[in-house]
Amino acid sequence: MVTAQTPEVQVIDCDLVIVGGGGAGLRAALAATLADPGLDIRLVSKVVPMRSHTVAAEGGAAAVLRDDDSFEQHFEDTVSGGEWLCDQPAVEAFVAACPRELSQLERWGCPWSRQDDGRVQTRFFGGMRVQRTWFAADRTGFHMLHTLFQTSLRYPSIRRHDEFFCTDLLVDERGLAGVLGVDIAAGTPVVYRTRAAVLATGGAGRVYAHNTNAGIVTGEGMALAGAHGVALRDMEFVQWHPTALPGSGILITEGCRGEGGLLLNAEGRRYLQDYGLGPPEPWPRPRAMELGPRDRLSQAFWQEERAGRTVATPQGGAVLLDLRHLGAARLAERLPMISEVARRFLGIDPVATPIPVRPAVHYTMGGIATGLDGETTLPGLFAAGECASTGIHGANRLGSNSLAELLVFGRAAGEAAAAWARSAPARAGGSLQRDAQAHAQHWYAQLTGDRSAGQPRVAELRTAMQAAMEDGVGIFRDADGMQRACQTLGELRARYSAGLALDDHSRHFNTEWLSAIELGHSLQVAETIAHAALARRESRGAHVRRDDWSARNDENFLVHSLAYCDPEGPPRIEHAPVRLTRSAPAERSYGGAGARVTLD
Amino acid sequence: MTDGDAIRLDVLRWHPDRPAAPWWQSYEVPYRADSTLLEALQTIKDALDGTLTFRWSCRMAICGSCGCMVNGRPELSCHLLLRDLAPGPVRLEPLAHFPVIRDLVIDQQDFLEKLPAVGAYLVPAADAEAAPDTPSRQTPAQMAEYYQYAQCINCLLCYSACPQYGLKPDFLGPAALALMARHDADSRDTGGSARKAARDAESGVWDCTLVGHCTEVCPQGVDPARAINRNKTASARDYVFDLLMPGRRR
Repeated sequence: MVTAQTPEVQVIDCDLVIVGGGGAGLRAALAATLADPGLDIRLVSKVVPMRSHTVAAEGGAAAVLRDDDSFEQHFEDTVSGGEWLCDQPAVEAFVAACPRELSQLERWGCPWSRQDDGRVQTRFFGGMRVQRTWFAADRTGFHMLHTLFQTSLRYPSIRRHDEFFCTDLLVDERGLAGVLGVDIAAGTPVVYRTRAAVLATGGAGRVYAHNTNAGIVTGEGMALAGAHGVALRDMEFVQWHPTALPGSGILITEGCRGEGGLLLNAEGRRYLQDYGLGPPEPWPRPRAMELGPRDRLSQAFWQEERAGRTVATPQGGAVLLDLRHLGAARLAERLPMISEVARRFLGIDPVATPIPVRPAVHYTMGGIATGLDGETTLPGLFAAGECASTGIHGANRLGSNSLAELLVFGRAAGEAAAAWARSAPARAGGSLQRDAQAHAQHWYAQLTGDRSAGQPRVAELRTAMQAAMEDGVGIFRDADGMQRACQTLGELRARYSAGLALDDHSRHFNTEWLSAIELGHSLQVAETIAHAALARRESRGAHVRRDDWSARNDENFLVHSLAYCDPEGPPRIEHAPVRLTRSAPAERSYGGAGARVTLD
Repeated sequence: MTDGDAIRLDVLRWHPDRPAAPWWQSYEVPYRADSTLLEALQTIKDALDGTLTFRWSCRMAICGSCGCMVNGRPELSCHLLLRDLAPGPVRLEPLAHFPVIRDLVIDQQDFLEKLPAVGAYLVPAADAEAAPDTPSRQTPAQMAEYYQYAQCINCLLCYSACPQYGLKPDFLGPAALALMARHDADSRDTGGSARKAARDAESGVWDCTLVGHCTEVCPQGVDPARAINRNKTASARDYVFDLLMPGRRR
């Protein structure tokens, strides 16, 4: 055995810690410092902010802008898109705040694509009845993230700790009291003693093998909150994006279809007409065919693949995304990045050749249960962005609602956390420090695991977790498969607790160690997904079962799931009512006869 | 070379516990024509040697994490296919001109401190920032003035390509100067005068020796060399105006 001593934990006092430097974290930091410039705010992230996964969002952000749009329509599209599992008061607040937030970003410099007269341009996304998606070519997330990051540089009161890996939240009898983690380069433990914290750590797409997500999207923020009894809500609702590259899972934006792209099966047929999304018309039509919602499109692919109507690629079956009719000029203006991705990774020029695509896990609809100000049941702890569940996405998120969400709720959480930090009493010394040292001890002990005891590598357990999720908790689900996944994940939790073998026992920038810590958190989150899915005995949105529960059941399951983590065992699943205001649950329908619309 | 063959990666390694002695280590990884160099590094990390240390995240050349020297040229490892590197061996080193933290991980702190120093953020007019409920107008022609500079992903390849930065680390360098130009050229910006001191200082635009390697290596087609020239023109113009009209307001 290698032995390692735990270094003494360094204590840093501050007023507010924001964990995560992506869109939600940066927006929260800006909101907090604008609301209360005197606060000592620490923005900590395991990567430098501009490396955060917001950077990879492509297609755009939703907000009512056009004269033919309204808050009512944004609300209706979102609630029906989420198959009435959305919390309607949250959706009302959200749609009303989106225009202000996207405009604020414009004022801070975001290069939104424009019309000839200088007004902001919008495009269609799936499930929308009006062109509502603001975009910056097909690099929307990149431009939003850099605009937020650059704007944050104007405010020295936002003090960053880049490449700080958060391992634990510490609490005392009054609530949140500290954020513990590792300075990655030095390999030393640090605890921020604070009055409030905002988790803005992103989703958990990496618990699956095939996903569009960056390597950092491992879900630990959710597990950090779950470790203190905060519920993870609606975790069974995982979004498959219908158009990703086979194998790598690299995202090909829904904006392609918003601009008029078509989906064809191996026979050249626009197969979505066979899944209640037709009739196929030669022009783009809102809420129909290729502009249907993501859950329906990914489910249609699954059926086509089973029926043998996909195109074989070395990395699995694919359908074809045909953009040829858009022409070289429009592709260069509106979709330059995905054109480059196709050329670089597939050797395909979309001007001349359709792009092979298949679904991949893209987004975690559920997350840390919060109120409209990001507040959680743990006093002083707030959450925003993909790691949080405000209830706006329901059973299926509409494309382009998440970039708007991280601004709207990032700001709300930042302002609320600032107010909390100002009013809460300061935390006193000794017990927090001892608590931090004990937690750090646990992680530093993990550094010593070696191969002599036949323990598994990190990658071995991670691959097994991802395979269990793909196999049992996929696009279509059944009780046997979900039970199998729950069983496997339980075994993996036990193996993880027994210890991993690391090659690297050094403290300095030890990414093998960090991936081992991530894996422990990911396993907790994966179990909440699998168990919440098994407990939902109906089909709704992105949760579709092939067994006895293939129909929606409003009588028993118009409810949120709440998963409570247990480090020693499977999570406990409870259910809670959905808050409805003005939209009664109805049949969710897409397609049908519709009017032609003109794309700008 | 066909799939399943082995391709050799030679990696220059360094660890702070062995500060005097960087060493070369060779790895044989399975060759797949359409795998990326990053995927080959991940194979090493996951299966062969968990101590090999490198940064990565998005896998699609937009997050800017995975830069390194590949056969002597700064590249993003996620953006290179093994088929273009066959038959190997492939020589990997940390990005040139930066202090090394460990193996292929470089210290980017210097660049991160230069961003606020050059004012790499938009400064809206006070009345514009106070009325954010509606977007302002900006025509496509006005956007075209700055748009290509706004594509910088801060990957630092241009700093590794820049001989001047290698000689004189306080030179603001290609990306920071491109981001300065990006904001100066934006019709919504009022921060130009505040950026002037950094631009005109000895470490600013005049340090550039016009080699142009920065533009050649940029994975996003940004043209920092053009941005720097634009800034030189502005700097020279301001110099002349300041001589002729001291105290003028810009």
